[in-house]
Amino acid sequence: MHRTKSKQWSRRDFFLATGAVGLGAVAVAALPRMAEAADISAVIAEHVGPGTPAMEKVIVDVPEKAESGALVRLPIKVEHPMEPGNYVESITIFVEDNPKPLVGKFEFFPETGAADMEVRIKMAKASNVHVVAKTNSGKLFGVVKKIDVAEGGCAG
Amino acid sequence: MADIGGPRIAEIKGPSASGGAITPGSIVEIKAAIRHPMESGLRKDKDTGEVVPAHYIEKVEALYLDKPVMRATWTGAMSKNPYFRFNIKATKSGKVKITWTDNKGGSWSQEAEIKVQ
Repeated sequence: MHRTKSKQWSRRDFFLATGAVGLGAVAVAALPRMAEAADISAVIAEHVGPGTPAMEKVIVDVPEKAESGALVRLPIKVEHPMEPGNYVESITIFVEDNPKPLVGKFEFFPETGAADMEVRIKMAKASNVHVVAKTNSGKLFGVVKKIDVAEGGCAG
Repeated sequence: MADIGGPRIAEIKGPSASGGAITPGSIVEIKAAIRHPMESGLRKDKDTGEVVPAHYIEKVEALYLDKPVMRATWTGAMSKNPYFRFNIKATKSGKVKITWTDNKGGSWSQEAEIKVQ
C-alpha cells in the first residue's frame, strides 16, 4: 500500500518535474532570442523612426566572412530614385551584436544623385548587420546580412 | 596623437559609361578618408588594462556649390582611419568641401573641384 502510494507520487512528481523542466527549458531558450530581437528593433526605431522596413531595394554585396572585425567593407546601394520629392533621405547602419549597435547614419539629398555608398565598419564578433533606408515620404526599406568575422574588431 | 588629420578627397570619378567624363547631370563618385584613431571608448589598453577614452569622428558634412549633399553622424564603430564613398549629381563646375568633426572638438576640412565639361 505504502509502496503503491509512493510509486504514484513518484510518477506524479516525475510528470510535474519534466513538465516544469520542459517549460523552463523552452522559456530559457526563447527569452534571450526574443530579448535580442526586441532590442535591435527598438534601437532601429529609436534612430530611424517607427515602422517595419520592407526587405527590398537595399543591396549590401559583401562576402559572408570578413577577415578582420576591425575593418569590414560595407558597400550599400538603394535602388530608388534620387529626385526632388522622391529620394532616399537616410541610410542607417546597425551591427546587432556590437556593444553599441548603431554604427552611423548618412543623410542624403536629391543632389546626392544616387544612394550608393561604402563605409568600413567594426564588428566585435559575427553578427547580423542591419541597413535601413528611409525615403523623404517616410517609407522604410532594409536588408539584414549575417557577416562572420575571422577575428573580432575592438568593439563598437 | 600625431597620427590624426590629413583629410583627403581621394577621388572624384565620373561615370564609367562616359569614360569618366563629367557632364551636367552626371552622377559623380567621391571617395574620402581621414586619419583618425576612432576609439569607441569600449576598448581596453592591452598593457595598462584601462579603458581607452572615446575619441571618434561624430559628424561629417559634404557641401557641393555650398549646399549640403551628404551629412553623416558616426559612432566609434566606424573603422580606424575612416574611408567612405558617396555620390554627387554634378550640375556645373564647382567646389566640393568635406568637413570631419570629432567628439573632442577636432575639425578638419578638405576641398576639391568638380570640373563639368
